[in-house]
Amino acid sequence: MFNAPENWKKLTAQEKRDARFASWMAPDLEFATPDAAQAYKQRIQMIKDATDLKKPERVPVLPWIGVYPTTYGGITAQEAMYDYEKLGTAFRKFNADFLPDGLASAALMGPGKVFDMLDYKIYHWPGHGTPVDTSYQCVEGEYMMADEYDQLINDPSGYFMRTYLPRAFGALAPWQMLGPFTDIIELPFVGLGMIPVGIPPVQEAFKTYLEAGQAVMEWISAVGPIDGASIATLGLPNIIGSFSKAPFDIIGDTMRGTRAIMLDMYRRPDKLLEAMDRLVPIAVEMGVRYATVSDTPMVFIPLHKGADGFMSNKDFQKFYWPTLKAVLLGLIENGTVPYLFVEGGYNQRLDIITDPDIPAGSTIWLFDHTDMKEAKKKLGGWACFGGNVPGSMMKAGTPQDIENYVKELIDGVAQDGGYILANGAVLDDTNPENLHALIDTGKKYGVYK
Amino acid sequence: MSQELIDAITDMREDDALEITDSLLETNTDPLAILDDCRKAMEIIGQRFEEGDCFVPELILAGEMLKEISVKVKPLIQEQTGTAKKLGKIVFGTVEGDIHDIAKDIVAFMLDINGFEVYDLGVDVPPARFVEKVQETGATVVGLSGFLTLAYDPMKETVAALKAADLPDVKVMIGGGQIDDQIRVYTGADAYGRDAMTAVSLAKQWIGGQ
Ligand code: B12
Repeated sequence: MFNAPENWKKLTAQEKRDARFASWMAPDLEFATPDAAQAYKQRIQMIKDATDLKKPERVPVLPWIGVYPTTYGGITAQEAMYDYEKLGTAFRKFNADFLPDGLASAALMGPGKVFDMLDYKIYHWPGHGTPVDTSYQCVEGEYMMADEYDQLINDPSGYFMRTYLPRAFGALAPWQMLGPFTDIIELPFVGLGMIPVGIPPVQEAFKTYLEAGQAVMEWISAVGPIDGASIATLGLPNIIGSFSKAPFDIIGDTMRGTRAIMLDMYRRPDKLLEAMDRLVPIAVEMGVRYATVSDTPMVFIPLHKGADGFMSNKDFQKFYWPTLKAVLLGLIENGTVPYLFVEGGYNQRLDIITDPDIPAGSTIWLFDHTDMKEAKKKLGGWACFGGNVPGSMMKAGTPQDIENYVKELIDGVAQDGGYILANGAVLDDTNPENLHALIDTGKKYGVYK
Repeated sequence: MSQELIDAITDMREDDALEITDSLLETNTDPLAILDDCRKAMEIIGQRFEEGDCFVPELILAGEMLKEISVKVKPLIQEQTGTAKKLGKIVFGTVEGDIHDIAKDIVAFMLDINGFEVYDLGVDVPPARFVEKVQETGATVVGLSGFLTLAYDPMKETVAALKAADLPDVKVMIGGGQIDDQIRVYTGADAYGRDAMTAVSLAKQWIGGQ
């Protein structure tokens, strides 16, 4: 937990960020050895220097990690989601053997049991719709209907509780019968307002909800120590303690779905724009809150449906960018660092995202297919950037291919600092030699003179 | 031909397109001529997509308009005047273990409006299903979509299964966000494509429908 100093409100965004970094660097945790403590600080210092657009002692190496640690540890993705003993063994081994500069967190696999109990409809997961060794996957659909924009806009929490969550989770379907909390404003309304809570299926739903809460506690009390052990013995900071999303993606990914949101751009553009505006403070608050609770300044933001090919630049500027920008500014204002994962290609968007309203040295952009020379041209001196080692090469290339690719990146775009080495696609499928080539080349070759 | 209808569709004016269709039908326009206008509009949209002037929202909306107009028009077509001859048959799907469908649908749609008979097997399609469908239909092109790096191996297995089934005339193309030439080599596919239009030009090249 990050404890804000008393004068918090008077601090500038930069001072707030420095305070968050200082707290991240001095965790409430007993390191196993002085070396681990030292390495932990050093790693964060490198990330901070890169964020500040300086040259760290060397290029930080922060690969995106998916289900590969399970394969590497000889277990399936399914086992990792259900058997926390096996999960721990696999992730501790992965972190110890590869030593990236950021922790591969066991928490990202998620608690399978909880999804089972709640009957989660929006995703398939290993052994539950997808093969046991594949990552979970989203089931495209309209989980919010076209005529529900006003409900979302008028009362987002109420809409989630009484409409969206009952659709997303089979076990919570009876919550559709609940009334809004805002009914309960005076003594006579208490009795009446509580009636839906007594309906037997609603009671059943709440019981399941409470049990799922218990199962989450079991999970987090297993996962916390797994990650804690890697942090304490290896000195690997946890990077992704917080997350948020672009409002367009919030609605487009798991609420309206791709097809529906794209039709909404034509059929009800004003409602879509209004709803996205409404989600801005919610997305900011979530990012800031998780950053505070987890005591990490980074707010992970994966970017999905604004990539090249998804829409024209004109629509990007109308539908995608304004509310994403507002979220970024809100996060920056609160001293957190938007840590963006720019999935797909952003070659057409580089001029738009390098918006002068966003202060230099306040964001991090890790790319997938974007041309890195162009990215360097546009982002250099404005924001820390990196990424781009292809997922195809991680799977089908040789260690030599990867070494060459990393060296080219470092020679070509990393020389002025403000750079982080990472792969382009979340790592699900590779081999140990290739991953070592990525990490070890970065560490050896990325030392700044 | 109604230029008005073609313009309404290509300008993405959905309400206008439907109104124009209604008034064309009221004035006893040949329903087949209306469908032909739709086809022309789709060709223009496909061209714009290829040139980077139109994107996913426009393709999806165009598909919707086509569906809505067909619903109005189709019941009025008396005798089925033998549908236009297709250029060739393509079996298409997202490979086993992967359930992404957005891009697959777009590619299938583009192949369809470019005159190919597309057998869309959906998502999470096991290698054997592709083989069966090719044997059943006599298709000469197979298109595989995959969006996860974990789709590489199922793609490779699907190519191998097609080879093992002794279908020497069948060509396989692959595509998806994380697919590149390295993966073409890895899977043994005949070609890969970065976008839907590449799928169309590959199919034309292979099937020979200029
Ligand atoms: C949208 C998206 C999502 C949506 C999924 C919606 C859905 N049901 O499809 C959401 C937000 C739910 C999501 C979730 C996750 N995602 Co995701 N997602 C994406 C994203 C941004 C776009 C994929 C897409 O739909 N593209 C749409 C089409 C239109 O674009 P396109 O691929 O350019 O399409 C063209 C070509 O592919 C080509 N084409 C397609 N097929 C074919 C076939 C042939 C024959 C030819 C010639 C051409 C061709 O033509 C198309 C049209 O021109 C990709 C990144 C990316 N840009 O590829 C990541 C990506 C697929 N996701 C990824 C991950 C890791 C996840 C998560 C696991 C994240 C997490 N930890 O929670 C989850 C769960 C997995 C899942 N997919 O559900 C990774 C997968 C990494 C890997 N190793 O494989 C990717 C690659 C991002 C990345 N760079 O790391 N994701």
